[in-house]
Amino acid sequence: MRLTRSLEERLVALYRQTKVVGGVFRSLGQEADAVGSTYALEARDVMSPLIRNLGSMLVKGAAPVDVLRQYMAKGNSPTRGRELGLHFGDISRGMLGYISPLGDMVCVMAGVTLSFKMRGEDRVGLVYAGDGATSTGAFHEGINLAAVQRCPLVVVVESNRYAYSTPTDKQTAAKQMVDKAIGYGIAGEQADGNDILAVYDATKRAVDRARQGGGVSLVELLTYRRKGHAEHDSQSYVPNGEIEWWEANNDPVDRYVKVLRETVAVQDEELVAIDARVRLEVDSATDLAEQSPPPEPSDALEGMYAIPARETPLWFREGNAPAVMHNERPDGWGTAPAVAANES
Amino acid sequence: MSERTYLEAIREGLFEEMERDANVFCMGEDIGTYGGAFKVTEGLASRFGDARVIDTPISEIAMVGAAAGAAHMGLRPVVEMQFIDFIANAYDILTNYVATARYRESPPCPMVVRGPSGGYVRGGPFHSQNPEAAFVHTPGLKVVYPATAEDAKGLIKAAIRDDDCVIYFEHKYLYRRIKGDMPNGDHVVPIGKARTAREGTDLSIITYAATVWKALEAAEQLEREDAVSVEVIDLRTLAPLDDAAIDATVRKTNRALIVHEDTRTGGLAGEITARINERCFAWLDAPVMRITAHDVALPYAPSLEDFVLPQTSDIVRGARWVLNY
Repeated sequence: MRLTRSLEERLVALYRQTKVVGGVFRSLGQEADAVGSTYALEARDVMSPLIRNLGSMLVKGAAPVDVLRQYMAKGNSPTRGRELGLHFGDISRGMLGYISPLGDMVCVMAGVTLSFKMRGEDRVGLVYAGDGATSTGAFHEGINLAAVQRCPLVVVVESNRYAYSTPTDKQTAAKQMVDKAIGYGIAGEQADGNDILAVYDATKRAVDRARQGGGVSLVELLTYRRKGHAEHDSQSYVPNGEIEWWEANNDPVDRYVKVLRETVAVQDEELVAIDARVRLEVDSATDLAEQSPPPEPSDALEGMYAIPARETPLWFREGNAPAVMHNERPDGWGTAPAVAANES
Repeated sequence: MSERTYLEAIREGLFEEMERDANVFCMGEDIGTYGGAFKVTEGLASRFGDARVIDTPISEIAMVGAAAGAAHMGLRPVVEMQFIDFIANAYDILTNYVATARYRESPPCPMVVRGPSGGYVRGGPFHSQNPEAAFVHTPGLKVVYPATAEDAKGLIKAAIRDDDCVIYFEHKYLYRRIKGDMPNGDHVVPIGKARTAREGTDLSIITYAATVWKALEAAEQLEREDAVSVEVIDLRTLAPLDDAAIDATVRKTNRALIVHEDTRTGGLAGEITARINERCFAWLDAPVMRITAHDVALPYAPSLEDFVLPQTSDIVRGARWVLNY
């Protein structure tokens, strides 16, 4: 959670220095739901994150330098500059990159977990959706297909109260997202998303159920998005005082520190040491990312297909042959060749 | 050699690929016990079981998305659209997710989406469409559309073995009307290669799917009545287009007529015409012309459908115009 928060703070600083090419998306206040839920998975399990799951990705082994390279559109970023921000994965670490149309990853993860079932593998899939994503057709179709097929899939709905500017009561008439589980005939869990231990317990129950052949679960984690959709968002739609209340009274990092003090008597020096280690890690990752070159422009033509591995640059780009060379023309073509005009 | 209908040829191709590779499986609506709306998958469930011939809910997005996920993990899914018209439901996930996966450095999506397409069958607006142009337009997808039984089998096998997503259009008018002798052995037709359906010297008709047969009828009539020699090119693969075959036939006959059943505006004929213009301008003796459906939805009544869709007589009339230019 500390690393998530510090890395995002660094991204904001780089954004203000215009070193980030696109926008920066924060998970401030939601770190516990991301980190705690992915901790419930084993290394062999596959997880598909969303824009506020930096914490989940770090738990799955994503390197801070790769996150920074992605945001800064570097040539050696995991997507070689093709995709932005957290839109990347590493299937060898059980992490599948997501796309912007929401809900689609529920369908894709239904297929990933269908493959586990077909091959009798002891693996589970976990896919994140926000409260907004639950309104899409893809969310419904994916969860329903996975439920019918009893795929080992956990669908985590992070109810953070806003989808861009739209509050949850304009997203659904359901009283709570976990109620939707009933309609799909699957198990539902709900937990305080800012209590990392409660998040872990609820998700772990769902993961265990999936692993034991119990099919799909919907886990609703109740949290609050303290930053806007992205850094440019003024949050003018948020009632006065709401953000400040959550910051003062329900911060997931503060709450976990309190638990650590009360249960294992963690000392200030240990917390300071963690902060120092995180700062060092973020600093060195930033240096490495800043030194990385941008992609070669013509790399853009690589990798649409297995074959051909590379598209041909178009004829109007310097150095490329036009579609037809003039000397390819059939003999006698044309009405007034330049040579004939000179002779007359 | 054994004779098979176009439909039986697809089924045989699916059957052989499922026998050959345990990773191949089928997903779709009513494809298992029932064998599919047109019975393309009949017998597959009893041979391979319902774990490999999966009846799904009516959920085209989920079918395509789940196929992508399974393909990521090394399986080779074949998704059936009950009618290809319903592929519009999955347009987002096909174009945004599947087509870009490899480029985004995600695991690729070696998968097939297939389904009955096309008109001349009195199917009305939602059981007759030819939506191939939308997918030809999308980088990352391959598109095939066989006209013969031999190609129907050879291309479904090639599509399943391809390392990228292939949209396999099958023409429902041809399902039981066309037969062909299946070559013995492992008959695979390479993706990206057109076929010369008829040799000729005076005019090239470039077409695909059901209108290949109408073009061949027109060519026979033109030879009989006008003593002209018409070449017919069956594209077979629409993405990637076989530029070499298009160039060769146009440079040979110097006249080209593009024929397809899809609507006119934004259809493949416009793209093929542009490519001929770019590469064969100096070889042309006449403008490249198009014979296509009219730009309307496809109506149900026979008199209306026959008016909207290109007929053999339209191709003959168009060919004469280009030949006499």
